[in-house]
Amino acid sequence: MERTLLNLTNNEEGFILSIEGGHHARNRLESLGIRPGKKIRKMSSQFFKGPVVISIDGREIALGHGLARKIIIR
Amino acid sequence: MKRIVLVGNPNTGKSTVFSRLTGANVIASNYPGTTVGYSKGIMRIPNSEKAEILDIPGIYTLEVVSRAEKVAMDMISEADIIINVIDATNLERNLNLTVQLFKKLRIPAIILLNMADVARQHGISISTEKLSEKLGLPVIPTNALSGEGFKDLAHELINACIPEIHYKENEKWNYIGAIVEDVQKTEHRHPTLSEKLSGISVHPVFGLVFAVIVLMVSFWLIRFIGESLIRYIMEPGFNILYKPLLSNISNALGPDTLLHRIIIGNLINHEIDFRQSFGLLSTGFYIPLAEVLPYVVSFYLVLTILEDIGYLPRLGVLLDNLMHRIGLHGLSAISMFLAFGCNVPGALATRILETRKERFIASTLMAIAIPCMAQIAMISGLLGKFGAYGFFTLFGILFLVWIGAGVILKKYIKGESPEILVDIPPYRFPYPKAIVKKVWMRTRHFIIEAIPFVLLGVLIVDILYIVGFLEFMGKIFAPVVTKLFGLPPEAISALLVGFLRKDVAIGMLAPLGLNFRQLIVASAVLTIYFPCVATFIVLLKELGIRDMIKSAIIMIFTALVVGGAVNWIMILLGL
Repeated sequence: MERTLLNLTNNEEGFILSIEGGHHARNRLESLGIRPGKKIRKMSSQFFKGPVVISIDGREIALGHGLARKIIIR
Repeated sequence: MKRIVLVGNPNTGKSTVFSRLTGANVIASNYPGTTVGYSKGIMRIPNSEKAEILDIPGIYTLEVVSRAEKVAMDMISEADIIINVIDATNLERNLNLTVQLFKKLRIPAIILLNMADVARQHGISISTEKLSEKLGLPVIPTNALSGEGFKDLAHELINACIPEIHYKENEKWNYIGAIVEDVQKTEHRHPTLSEKLSGISVHPVFGLVFAVIVLMVSFWLIRFIGESLIRYIMEPGFNILYKPLLSNISNALGPDTLLHRIIIGNLINHEIDFRQSFGLLSTGFYIPLAEVLPYVVSFYLVLTILEDIGYLPRLGVLLDNLMHRIGLHGLSAISMFLAFGCNVPGALATRILETRKERFIASTLMAIAIPCMAQIAMISGLLGKFGAYGFFTLFGILFLVWIGAGVILKKYIKGESPEILVDIPPYRFPYPKAIVKKVWMRTRHFIIEAIPFVLLGVLIVDILYIVGFLEFMGKIFAPVVTKLFGLPPEAISALLVGFLRKDVAIGMLAPLGLNFRQLIVASAVLTIYFPCVATFIVLLKELGIRDMIKSAIIMIFTALVVGGAVNWIMILLGL
């Protein structure tokens, strides 16, 4: 079972191993700085499969639950 | 005239830079055929030559991820000089755009390293000399809020040069990484107040509480500013300055002529009544200028402040989940929020949504379930005697309609609602001049667009009335109104007037002596069944004819169903 962003607890850090999904999702994520090799910290998540807030390079980004599931963490 | 284009990521302070460089003559526009906006202004460069400066939408990359990138690229290719605004707190990500830009284009450029002060607070320091050397471009450190760096800017533009940037595509991030390593030093700092506040803002529980407080304060401010503008500027202006002028025209035309009827309207008690006369020069100008415009200004003011402080994305995160259930994106919360003051900016705000499906659902839900402040004011006059109970009932019903209609629309409208993916900038202090300028640009846009349409609407309604069409419609709908909604037949004229002006329509219910149930039904139906003419025109423009017709059918159908259901359920419950 792969570890995804969703498996991190609040304030836990990890390294992005890979990003699942199509070209489009990967481009969208990469343009915001979310790409394999980067250190990512999960800040918070909302109830009922709501968005997840993460921090990369000290900058916060919110992403939808479905996108968060595509980010595989080492 | 030379053309200068400001390019950069979203949230880099580009619009603050833009407002520092331009004078009062600025306009906000849409790129033709799209809903992507840009701003244009004039700036002076040293040898007192003038240049046109464009602030284009923020983009992260040149690869086409959304409409914004394509539009931006078109506009960038027309530039004589590029000013690339970089956020010092996020160098690596910002350089992604920079290196793509200059690998591709041969246009002279300079770099503005903005927000260096915020970066320092986070323990980040960047050497502008080294960065300049690495990129082969002049780099000017700026603080758009304090104005630091801007004196040099105009002079530095002369030094704009064409950079030499080469890298292999698959090594792009290594290339960028190497630059960042060489140029930036990071120290660990303790979390700042702004970071702590940021954490609270998106906390599932505290964030929501915080949001409710922010929204309540915002609503109150909007209403306060709007009402003050109406009471102390618009109303006196219209009554003291404009009315005598109109009265002269009225006398000259003679009160019973057709021309008078169209231009001035009906005289109420031998006087021009700006709300009821319904003439082009009377109601036609009064509505957009004295009633809607103050709220538009007031709204844009509060919205721009929230926007520049950086709160909106956080609000979007909190509400995104709820919104997705009804087929919307978290950012459409802005539309809904705006609609409470006036549905017109609410309709305009749907532009920020990416897909046609989202824009359709957002516009329709907004027009159906969200009453504007003018309406709310009148409703509180009528329901006031029933206390909070009346409000909760009505708004509760509208909320259920909003959710219900949203769920249904989401299911049956073709298209996608993409997942939220948004940058959350650090909280920052807004720059007053930028706020004033943005509010001015947005208001000016509204005036130019809305007024002609309201005038057209007034004219058409007048003609329909004169021709007897409205009376005819009244007879046709009498059974619906009385049997389905349980309202007296006099309420029909309120429904007809509601197309023009919802608050007036609600006001027309007052003398009818309606009971609680009837007031709730009437208020709900008036909110749901159709937008007022100003909103209708804007929606027509935003959605296009086909979608507008679909939307209208949905609205009318919903009004019939909800009005009937509320009426009969309340009768059954003995209310």
